[in-house]
Amino acid sequence: MQADSSLHLLRPFGEILVDTFIQQLVNGLTLGSVYGLIAIGYTMVYGIIGMINFAHGEVYMVSAYLAAISIAVLSFFGIDSFALIILGTLIFTIVVTGVYGLAIERVAYKPLRNSTRLAPLISAIGISLVLQNYVQISQGARQQGVPTLLEGTLRFSVGDGFVMITHTKLFILAAAIIGMLALTFVIKNTRLGRMCRATQQDRKMSQILGINTDRVISYVFVIGASMGALAGVLITLNYGTFDFYAGFIIGIKAFTAAVLGGIGSLPGAMLGGLILGVSEAQFSGVVNADYKDVFSFSLLVMILIFRPQGLLGRPQVTKV
Amino acid sequence: MKKIFKASTALPAAISMTLSMTAMADIKIGVGAPLTGPNAAFGEQIWRGAEQAAKDINAKGGVNGQQIVLVKGDDACEPKQAVAAANQLVDSAKVVAVIGHYCSSSTIPASEIYDEAQIVTITPASSAPSITERGLAGVFRMAGRDDQQGQVAADYIARNLKAKTVAVIHDKDTFGQGVADTTKASLKAEGVETVLYEGLTRGEKDFNAVVTKIRSSKADAVYFGGCHPEAGPLVRQMREQGVTIPFVTTDCTVTDQLVTTAGGKKYTDGVLMTFYPDPRNLDTGKAVVKEFRDAGYEPESYTLFSYASLQALAAAFSAIGGTDGNKASEWLKSHSVDTVLGNKSWNAKGDLKESPYVMYKWDADGKFGQL
Repeated sequence: MQADSSLHLLRPFGEILVDTFIQQLVNGLTLGSVYGLIAIGYTMVYGIIGMINFAHGEVYMVSAYLAAISIAVLSFFGIDSFALIILGTLIFTIVVTGVYGLAIERVAYKPLRNSTRLAPLISAIGISLVLQNYVQISQGARQQGVPTLLEGTLRFSVGDGFVMITHTKLFILAAAIIGMLALTFVIKNTRLGRMCRATQQDRKMSQILGINTDRVISYVFVIGASMGALAGVLITLNYGTFDFYAGFIIGIKAFTAAVLGGIGSLPGAMLGGLILGVSEAQFSGVVNADYKDVFSFSLLVMILIFRPQGLLGRPQVTKV
Repeated sequence: MKKIFKASTALPAAISMTLSMTAMADIKIGVGAPLTGPNAAFGEQIWRGAEQAAKDINAKGGVNGQQIVLVKGDDACEPKQAVAAANQLVDSAKVVAVIGHYCSSSTIPASEIYDEAQIVTITPASSAPSITERGLAGVFRMAGRDDQQGQVAADYIARNLKAKTVAVIHDKDTFGQGVADTTKASLKAEGVETVLYEGLTRGEKDFNAVVTKIRSSKADAVYFGGCHPEAGPLVRQMREQGVTIPFVTTDCTVTDQLVTTAGGKKYTDGVLMTFYPDPRNLDTGKAVVKEFRDAGYEPESYTLFSYASLQALAAAFSAIGGTDGNKASEWLKSHSVDTVLGNKSWNAKGDLKESPYVMYKWDADGKFGQL
């Protein structure tokens, strides 16, 4: 087939094959959807109390451990159907991580609600250190792993080459989309969602109108933690390995994604995650993996210069 | 009150005991190792090895009729503390030689101090090339060098795997990139072309982008300079994307944790790595290994390397009939020593003449064995 050669795209750094391009797109989308899920935790908390929850990366890390514990327990009881294991693990991990989110909010942020803005930021960093060390001491510093649950790979021929997508990756994409849709539905169409939006727009006014804003803030932490837990389960399934330090890098990336998409905006978090994931993968593929982080952060700087509120964020009038 | 009283009587007693031991002790040798901190397990191996060697040598009459006494120097694998420990060994304890240190980042600053004091140092574990590249006359190693490791891997890739093109990946760390660079250079000398040279970020788990690049580079083999937290996910993601070419890596993956990080035995099956031949299987060390095991201690990893280091020091001091550092290092560079690790000799830089590395392969049961 001579026609294949026409499928080659010319790139400034050499010829890139279509199959490579598509494969990198798949790589980027899976990574990016997970960034997006974690970014939701940052963006929701910021949207409602204007504070960056630096402990969120650690919440994700805790959920990876919980997922592994749940998978181990379910396998121990002889459950070997993927659907049952994953359902049980998701429910267990999301609920327990949600409790972690609630507890963190109660312990570290609620008492500081009316103090300076810096105080909860520092207590967030404190909580993140506490969680890291607590997991390191209770679970050990060793790398942890889970067995592959979902076997199998799809293989497509593209041009001269092929694109491979594992079933796990398809599952991640599907689960991330469903998770996002569910969250959007909750925020848009339920009583809880209305309370969240009202509190985000004007906390004092919502309070006057009879909304228990303290409780709403707690709910937001629980929702953020649950989305982090969903990401934790998905990543654990995909890479099969994690340690007590796993929340750090991915937390920073997700935070970047949240800022990129416009902090405070839900679709922005997901969009930011996808852009970050895809640009990292494509840049690694076309130029060099050594500089992929340099590239993504340059991208962030460029976007913030021209759109300081992020891609989908609303410009804010600062109260000085 | 009672407690204080007890302590105050115990303290002078302890001091007088140390003093009487020092009076009898004729040759003081320092052991610089991380006896506390995250690497304490390796520190203990080094201490145990040296301790047993001192005991055995002393039982045979010591060195030049004098007994060996070991002095601990705890560096906690931190460069600053290593300097403090080295100064303490040299100035207060007045050691005539040092076995140590473990971490290359501790060995480098500490050896400067030993060099100033003109005493001999043998590191049983540090493998950074720069340790013996600074022209310090009295610095030796019982361990291999990272570039020797790269050489062995390159030989294997060129001759046994018969690869024509290789993708070299590293983790941007001093060790990982250092080994990757030497492997790349050795491969070039063997006529193997490096078609891809990339770094990945330590602590990340998603290397799919790099894997796709490896796939489109059509390399015959992959060399990874790095450790198991990244090697595991990398090899798994290669296999998931249908990249089945051989995966060769460093001794930093020698732990069953490689299987954990890869997510299963089927992914690590066939992974190749460079590592020391297990010293416990050597004929020369059988008696000593038995001695350790009888005492209820398994002489793992660096234990026997430390034992051999003290043997080399003792041999040098016996041969020159004294403890002069300059003479001892000259002697070590021109003679060979029979140790528990076999016959060892050193070149002018203080490196082992023979590369101690061999190839290992992981099997389908998640175990590794020497090829």
